[in-house]
Parts: sequence; structure tokens; C-alpha cells
Amino acid sequence: MTATVVTPSSPIATAAGRARDWLTNPKYGPVIVTAVLLVGMFVVGASRYRGFTNPQVIANLFIDNAYLIVLAVGMTFVILTGGIDLSVGAVLAMSTMIAASLLQAGWPPAIIIPLILVATSLLGLAVGLMIHYFQIQPFIATLAAMFLARGLCYVISKTTISITDPVFIALAQTRIPLAPRLSITPSVILAIGLVIVAVVVLHYSRLGRTVYAIGGSEASGVLMGLPVARTKVLVYVISGFCSGLAGVLYSFYTLSGYALTAIGTELDAIAAVVIGGTLLAGGYGFVLGSVLGVLVLGTIQTLITFDGNLTSWWTRIFIGALLLVFIVLQKVLTARRT
Amino acid sequence: MTESQPAVSMENISIEFPGVKALDGVSFRMFPGEVHSLLGENGAGKSTLIKALTGVYRIDSGVITLAGEEVSFHSTAEAQAAGVSTVYQEVNLLTNLTVAENIMLGREPRRFGFIDWRATRARAAELLAKLHLDIDPNSRLGSHSLAVQQLVAIARATDIHARVLILDEPTSSLDADEVQELFRIIRELKADGVAILFVSHFLDQVYDISDRLTVLRNGKLVGEYLTDELLRIELVQKMIGKELTVLEDLERKTKQQTVDEHELTPYVRAIGLGRKGSIEPLDLDVYEGEVVGLAGLLGSGRTELARILSGVDRADAGSLEIDGEAKRIRTPRQSIRDRIIYSSENRREEGIVDELTVRDNIVLALQADRGWFRPIPKKRQDELAESYIQALNIRPANPDALLKNLSGGNQQKVLLARWLAIAPRLLILDEPTRGIDVGAKAEIQKLVSNLAENGMSVLYISAELEEVLRLSHRIAVMRDRRMVADIENDDLTSDTLLAIIADGATTEAVA
Repeated sequence: MTATVVTPSSPIATAAGRARDWLTNPKYGPVIVTAVLLVGMFVVGASRYRGFTNPQVIANLFIDNAYLIVLAVGMTFVILTGGIDLSVGAVLAMSTMIAASLLQAGWPPAIIIPLILVATSLLGLAVGLMIHYFQIQPFIATLAAMFLARGLCYVISKTTISITDPVFIALAQTRIPLAPRLSITPSVILAIGLVIVAVVVLHYSRLGRTVYAIGGSEASGVLMGLPVARTKVLVYVISGFCSGLAGVLYSFYTLSGYALTAIGTELDAIAAVVIGGTLLAGGYGFVLGSVLGVLVLGTIQTLITFDGNLTSWWTRIFIGALLLVFIVLQKVLTARRT
Repeated sequence: MTESQPAVSMENISIEFPGVKALDGVSFRMFPGEVHSLLGENGAGKSTLIKALTGVYRIDSGVITLAGEEVSFHSTAEAQAAGVSTVYQEVNLLTNLTVAENIMLGREPRRFGFIDWRATRARAAELLAKLHLDIDPNSRLGSHSLAVQQLVAIARATDIHARVLILDEPTSSLDADEVQELFRIIRELKADGVAILFVSHFLDQVYDISDRLTVLRNGKLVGEYLTDELLRIELVQKMIGKELTVLEDLERKTKQQTVDEHELTPYVRAIGLGRKGSIEPLDLDVYEGEVVGLAGLLGSGRTELARILSGVDRADAGSLEIDGEAKRIRTPRQSIRDRIIYSSENRREEGIVDELTVRDNIVLALQADRGWFRPIPKKRQDELAESYIQALNIRPANPDALLKNLSGGNQQKVLLARWLAIAPRLLILDEPTRGIDVGAKAEIQKLVSNLAENGMSVLYISAELEEVLRLSHRIAVMRDRRMVADIENDDLTSDTLLAIIADGATTEAVA
């Protein structure tokens, strides 16, 4: 860091230099920008709309987007290695279909939920093996998995299956009070728990560091003697697991299974990860950044709902514009620093 | 030098790639507390041998023993676990992570299963201190210079309680002071009993640091020597080798007609031409109808000079005169317009288009020169292809054959045909005979000689001295990116030339 070497002319200049260093650092820069953006959106919302400052607005952000946070966590692992997973939306839908149909057939939730998680992890394993051992582009391999999962949804049922199981309903409707007039759902707890686990894995385990290493340079990782093959496969297993878990949360949220559900959600997850500051080329990024990304997407939606005059399609337009800005920002930052 | 048990012993190692014997029964050993240099020209098998030792390649036959124990590595991780660590030429670290992480990655101290960052950083700082490297372990590796990154790579290598440390061209990105710093570290490691393999094409450095040398040539072992007992000139001789010439008459012919028209303006004159980090400024004249040989070891700056002359790389010092007129050449397109043609040593990547036919490859440059809106009529294309196939004896004599199906020698001929089709005035041939069979070699040399007779200037780059001596009227010698001699090829012998290449004696042997 240059700012620490340069003789401090004045504390302000040093602080400014340090701030500039942080912003142009590909590791922290985009995350800081996202955080500032999120705060800015809240300030705008609070100044324009009554009721926007209600803490439940924030709680609802988490409630409505718990499944997306889970997807984004898995996606972060994949993108950190420089890969991509297009199958997560379809796998999520497939999970809701499995849950709804097996519940209808009278299976107990205690079996169904682990079954879904194992099945989607196995699908992720298959995708990972395909990518690593047959050297197939992640884009293509996960595209194939996406079609497969979406197709399987229709095999299970062409129509909506609603969920009437008491356990699922209980999990959907339970409110955990945090304060008077402020509550969250069990899904939020699960999602936050997953985020914590992911942070610990990424930053305090060799697996996590290898994920970053692969994103930095796969060839170097191999020459440094890191378990590149295993890790590369594992990130797709993690993403598969997260898709399954997100599917379970989504079925709590909607209490139904439907083949056409969550179309395009994989793109929301990718957008959240990118807006959260993870470099699409891999190697830089944080899970917490992805959570911020999800919250940004959710806040845009909330702002548009509060406004009432804009159609919900404006959400898409804003997300598109933001994404563009962030991709350009990443390009600029990486060009400056490497 | 104690002949104790070797730290590494590789016996009769052979590795075959499709169509090539990369290593042919090579034996190699390293002793603890000794620096061993591996020498050889491009394609001699140095890097293949290293990769065999580090588990990147599997050996087809032979035995590798480590401190008396037979081993067989299937991955670099296994080799590292056994105490063989490597620092590669291009720094193979992760610029996105911190210095500390790069040093410790995969071996971080853990507490309760989690990485103990405090201990990790402390250990990294300790290793950096050992190398007298004063940098913040928490800084991003990418924010440091290549030289520092190289030293960080060595810090990483020394932490893997290395019994064997392989340094593959570690000095190519370092300046003189940094090299001395590196040598100090190497000597310390040596004193600790580490066996060190040092690969470098800088002979000064090799003689400075190594105790023992092993020379490879064409995938075969030439011999193992103690550095003190092998003169530099002998070493170079062993690296380059001498082939018995089948082209004596060609040589005689060349000598007879040594051009004596130097009062004329040269076709191309370089004055103080140089490029930072590539070659030191140098002067060079090439006259019409003259073959100038460019000799020197690998990495001496031969190819760099060719690339600057032809505009592939841009010169940042000096000037260029063509026919006595100052010209600026910034791109290959400009140099081609002035009919200065560069045929790269890297035939596969910078020469042929292997998915196209012989005909398409031959007309490529001519078509580009005419502009893409004036296509060469099919009939003319056929004529061109036919005539060059005949003239250069290209086999198979089929203009529709795909170039990838031709042998190396025939690909080279097609490449020559492509350039001849646009009538070059200065043809720069970089290793035109590398990796092709003897017959084709002779044909190409004959062709060069004929072209010069007809007034074309040729700059002929080759690692094979015999070839350079046979063809050239004048020979320029490059050494450590500097031109150290520019002499008439009158009664030059390969021994004199070797002496210049090895010691850089700037004896201006004027004719």
C-alpha cells in the first residue's frame, strides 16, 4: 500500500490516499461501492416514502430473499473459481417439485428434505466431474444440467402441486420475534447460518483458500501442489447443495411446487454475486458481498413497490443498469492493478 | 565435494511424446549441499527432465531415487511432500492473494481445524526475514515487482522442508543486484545441505554459482562435469555439438563469392537500434545479396533483434535506414511493405496456418499485400502453388494437402514459399532448420545460398554454428543481449566462433 509508505504530509491527505487505495483494490473496492450504494438507496427510500424506515422493511428483505441468499452463497463459490452455474434456478424448481410431489405421496418431511439435498448435491457432483475431467466449459455443462432439471420438473408434474403438509406450513408461517413488531422466518435463520458457515469455510479452511487460488490461476494452483481437481468439483457440489436448500426454502415461501417456477433465478443469483463485488474471472470476492448484492436487488424491488407508480419491470431495468456499471467497474479496477 | 549418497538420482530416464523422444536414457544426479546446473539448448530436454522429477510428467522408463529410496510421483503435490520443490521461470504464484498466503497456501498452521491466521502470518514473516525480504506479508502479491514475487516463490519453496530445490531460470526477471541477493540465499540453502538444481542460460551465473554441470543435447545426456574442470568453451561446444557437414561444397561456394561491395550503401542499416529489456543498442549493416549469420546462445538476443528489425517489437532507441533513407518501422505490415520479411522460429504458432491447404498458405502473404479486395484469381493461385511446390520440392506435391499433415521440413518450405512469393529484399530466417530432418535442412540451406546469389539479403539465425559458418558471408555474434562481434566469415572456424560466443571476446577480426 503506497499510502503507508509515503511520508504523511497531512492526516487528511493520508486518509484520502488510504481511501483511494481501498477503493482501487480489486478485493475491497467493489464491496465498498456496493455497501455505499445500499446505504444510499435506504436514504433515498427513507426520504421519499413513509414507512420505509420501519425495521420490518429490512426484515422483509431477508424474508423475501432468503432463498436467493442461499443461491448466491453457492454461486459465490463457483464464480470465485472462475466458473459459472446456470443450473441453480432449474435445480431450485426441481427441488420444489420433489418436495411437493413426495409430500403429496405422504412421505415425511424429515426424509424428503435430506433426500432433496443429497439429490441436488449429486447433480452438482456430476456437473463438477464433467467440467473437470472432460474439460467441458462450465457454461455448457451447467446449461445441460439446467435443461435436465427443468425437464425433470415436467416429468414430475405439469401442473402446480400445492403443499398441505403441517410441518411445511408451520415452517412457512412461524414468525420469530426479534423485537416488538419485528419478526423473521426460520428460513432467514437458515440462510444466515449458511452464510456464516460459508464465510468460515472460505476464509478459515484450506478448501476455501484453494477456491481463491483456483480463481487466481488454476495452473499455478496445480504447480503449488494444491488439491485443484477435488476443489473444482466440490464447488459445484456446494452450489448443487445450495440450490437444493434454496428450493426447500422456496417451497416454504410459496407452499407449492410448480415446474415453471424460478425461471431466470440463476441470473438473479449471478447478478447478486457480481454486484456484491465478486470478479467474474474469479479470485476476488466475498460471500458477505454477495449478501449485500442480494439486498441491493431486494431493495430496488422494495423501492419500486413503495413508489407504486412504476411497474415491476423497472426492477429489471435497474438491475441491468447496475450490473453494467459493476462489470465496467471491475474491468477498470483490474486493469489498474494488474 | 564428497561423493556421498546422492539426494536425487535419476537413471536411464526416457520420456516419449507422440513422435518425439523428449528424453532418451538420460541419467542425472544431485548431491546434498551442492548446486548443480542443467545446461542445453532449446529442446535439449532440460524442462522435460525437471518435469519428470517434479511429477508433472510420467516417465516411460528409468528409475528415480530420492536419498536412496525409489519414488514415483504422480503429481507435484506428491513431489513436494517428498521434499522436492520447484520455483518456475514464470512466477507461478497467485497475484490475487497476499504474500503470506502465497508462501503458506496448502500448509497453513491450523487450530481446531481452522486456519490460524496469526501463526500463518508469523511463519511467513519469519521466512521472509530469512531471505532479508522486507515486505508486508499482508500485502497483495500482485502489488509487488516480479523480482520480489520470484523471491516470495523461493520463500515458499524453502518452507516445504525442501531437500531438493529446483530453480528453473530464476534470474531471467532479476537485475544484477537481485541476482546477487538470490545467490546469497542459494549459498545459505546450500550450507544447510539442500541439493539445488539451477537452470539458467546465463553462463556467467552458471559458473558463478554451480559446483557441478550436466549437459543435455537433443534429449540425450552429453555428460556430467565438475564446474571447475570444464572450460567455458568446452561447455558451449558440448551444448551446441558439432555435426559432420554434408555440405562442404556449399561452404566453399559461399567463401568464394564473399561480397566485396561494401562501399555501396547497405540495404538495411541499423544505427544504435535497441529496445529496453530486449537488446542493448547495436549497429548492423546488411548489404544486397549478402547472408549475415546471427550466432549466439539461446536467450542471447538473436530473436529479439530479428523481431525489432521486422517491426514485431518496436525499437525504443536508434534508427533504421533502408537504401540509405531513414525509415520508421513500427509494425510488421510496414516492414513487409519495405520487403523486410521475418520468418519466425516458432513455426507452428507464428508461421503456418495448419488448417489451411498448401496453396492457401503460399498465397497468404501475397494476398494480404495486394489487399483483400483484389483476390488473386484461382488460376494464378494454382500456378504459384505449382511453381513453388516444384521449385522447393515440397512433398506431398499436392496443393490441396492440409498443412498440418506435412512434415516439419515441408512446412518450413511452404513458409519460405509464402514469403518468396512477395519477393523479399531482406529475408530474416529464425531457426529455419530447427526440428526438421537432414535432407530438408540441406535443401533449405541450398535455397538460401541461391537466393543470396540472386541479390536477396538474408539474416540467418541458427543455433547450429556449422550452418551459420557454411552459409554466411558475415557473422554477427550476440551474447547476453549485446552484439559482441561482427566479423567477415573468411577463415573463421567453429572454434573461434565458439570462443566468441562463450567469452564474448570483442575481437574485431577485420577482413
